[in-house]
Amino acid sequence: MPKKQEERKLLIITPSPHIKSRADTRKVMWTTALSLLPPVVAGVYFFGFHALLLIIVCVVSAVASEWLFLKARNKDTSAAFDGSAVITGILLALVLPPKLPLWMGAVGAAFGIIFGKQVFGGLGYNIFNPALIGRAFLMAAFPVALTTWVKPFYWRFPPDAITTATPLALAKFSHQMTPYLKLFWGNVGGSIGETSAFAILIGGGFLIARKIIDWTLTASYVGTVFVLGGILWLINPQKYPDPLFHVLAGGLLLGAFYMITDLVTSPLTRKGRIAYGILAGILVIIIRLWGGYPEGVMFSILIANAFRPWIDRIFVPRRFGTGRRPGGKR
Amino acid sequence: MAIIKGFKGGVHPPYMKITADKPIKGVDVPEVLYVPLSQHAGAPAKPLVKRGDKVLAGQKIGEIAGFISANVHAPTSGKVKNILDHPHPVAGRSTPAVIIEADGEDNWIELKEREDYLNTEPKEIVEIVKEAGIVGMGGAAFPTHVKLSPPPDKPIEFVIINGAECEPFLTADDRLMREFADEIAEGSYLILRAVGAQKGFVGIESNKPEAIEAMRKAFSQFPQFEIVVLPTKYPQGSEKHLIKAITGREVPSGGLPMDVGVVVQNVGTARAIYQAVRYGKPLVERVTTLTGDAVAGPGNYLVRIGTTFRYLIEKTGGFKSDPAKVINGGPMMGIAQYTLDVPVIKGTSGIIAFTEKRVFLAEEGPCIRCGKCIEVCPMFLMPTTMAKLIKAGRFDDARKIGLFDCIECGSCSFVCPANIPLVQYFKYGKAELRLRK
Repeated sequence: MPKKQEERKLLIITPSPHIKSRADTRKVMWTTALSLLPPVVAGVYFFGFHALLLIIVCVVSAVASEWLFLKARNKDTSAAFDGSAVITGILLALVLPPKLPLWMGAVGAAFGIIFGKQVFGGLGYNIFNPALIGRAFLMAAFPVALTTWVKPFYWRFPPDAITTATPLALAKFSHQMTPYLKLFWGNVGGSIGETSAFAILIGGGFLIARKIIDWTLTASYVGTVFVLGGILWLINPQKYPDPLFHVLAGGLLLGAFYMITDLVTSPLTRKGRIAYGILAGILVIIIRLWGGYPEGVMFSILIANAFRPWIDRIFVPRRFGTGRRPGGKR
Repeated sequence: MAIIKGFKGGVHPPYMKITADKPIKGVDVPEVLYVPLSQHAGAPAKPLVKRGDKVLAGQKIGEIAGFISANVHAPTSGKVKNILDHPHPVAGRSTPAVIIEADGEDNWIELKEREDYLNTEPKEIVEIVKEAGIVGMGGAAFPTHVKLSPPPDKPIEFVIINGAECEPFLTADDRLMREFADEIAEGSYLILRAVGAQKGFVGIESNKPEAIEAMRKAFSQFPQFEIVVLPTKYPQGSEKHLIKAITGREVPSGGLPMDVGVVVQNVGTARAIYQAVRYGKPLVERVTTLTGDAVAGPGNYLVRIGTTFRYLIEKTGGFKSDPAKVINGGPMMGIAQYTLDVPVIKGTSGIIAFTEKRVFLAEEGPCIRCGKCIEVCPMFLMPTTMAKLIKAGRFDDARKIGLFDCIECGSCSFVCPANIPLVQYFKYGKAELRLRK
């Protein structure tokens, strides 16, 4: 090659390393969004067209409010399309009642994005899970709408007989148990995405296989609920539901795979994540068994979110060449 | 001999060892050589020649200046054209270099050969190594004689010969082990003698089966040594992680390998020691890997110190496509060059020329707190937290959580999905703290 040609172009200087893995924030986000497909499909299957509309409205509202906020603050608006707002929109819809008026979903998604995420500085800086902030807001603003559940395939029932109670409410307030198989497939009343354990396991398993979420956090959260619920059940099986019911009913699995594992709002180290999962698991049991609500997943994660900075400060890895082995010798 | 567990953390970059099957080839001595007086960690050598002086190959032209410093020798015979600042491949700026106009004769000084070289006294070995200007040839270029003279209160139990070569693309050590295993073995034995250790290990990554075979054969005459096959994982060749993987010992934070009774030497250094002790030959040449998708003749080349990158690339077929980035060293820790006029120095383990296609230029995004950097950090640090502190100007807080333990291996930057240049922040933070002292 002639020398001149090479001289014309300047060489690029960057610090090391000069190679990079294929990991990329947008890829992480869109893969997560993709992993939500099984619960979305299950939700639409059980709860019909309105559920699909609600999901779409939440996604559009989340992305649009993110875009508007970024625009208003003169920031890079392409961040609205990095996939994270889409995840927030889908996740919010999945934890809403299937027949919720669409405009309420839109308000919740906008609230979650703006007050749960953007006011903190946007992606990476929020303390609380934006989807759950959106739901907590709706819960406070529209308590009745947020606790009105419909039966799966409600369109097959006469209009005045479509509502039902969730398995957790049935257990808590009328001591009525729901069969495990129904809980597993999702043929019960509840939020759009929480009822089918089967669909959640497929999507969540995919996230674990792609190493996007840490399975130990999911395991410590679910495991704590199972063990603690189990102990109480052994003490008084008449009063308390059995541990498998705790795991399958309500939003625990959806929360365990998709909410508590949210990268931004969970601890940085594995040990921290395990402690975090245990804390949230204890909160689930406390709220479910002794709280005013039948379900405790949302509040357990939001409260754990608040403890996260503190957990990150406690669970710091032992630096190489320090600590346990003085002088470094075994 | 079995594959051992290795160390915790680290990454698996694509290895791209495309030159592994290219035998070491000599390259003609260029007409002009640029020999920096500082090719090593520590104080630059003091020049012993001046403009117009005639020099012979192997003649000392720069003298050791301080406890941590090294001699520098003329790589060929000729005339000293000048001593001027010249671009340096590691310093990132120009530093004083002896510019030698070769006479084409390549006349050597008289070299003192030793008959019974394997029985050289330990003190004498260290003296020879010091005189020959040998420095660590794995890249860090720490003066070898200093490593070989531990203080009396730090007895050395083990010698570890580093044949890990964990940097992607680089194959110079692999080739050395395949082609000169006997010389490396004898050099390793001399190191063992010099530090008075009883036991030696040779650490080689499992992706170099030919080298492992050759080394096992060569070391069979030295039963003090054991060949250890290491899992292929970056940065296995880091001194601290090699020691950890082989002996289970952790070099204390802020300490040196000698603090845990270990001395680590690269295979290239071992061979240089062999050549110095047996033939009296100073360190004036080295094997370096020329690779990357921009060069026409990738391979492993034996080049004289002071040969410019430009000359080496032209001599081996030039560029086949426009180079966009040229690196001294490996792709994980190497240094990007702003000119091809930089010379090969004692620590130049490789030269990589990438086309634009392989140059990675992404904008830094916000940290999504995925924790991958913490997972891969082989020093068990919190890269994302340190980077945030440095960005906020809280350098002392970054130091408190281990900034100076960072070995700048690049694993964190490699995995970061937000493309945060973590290592760059750490280098900056360290520099800032050093300035304040």
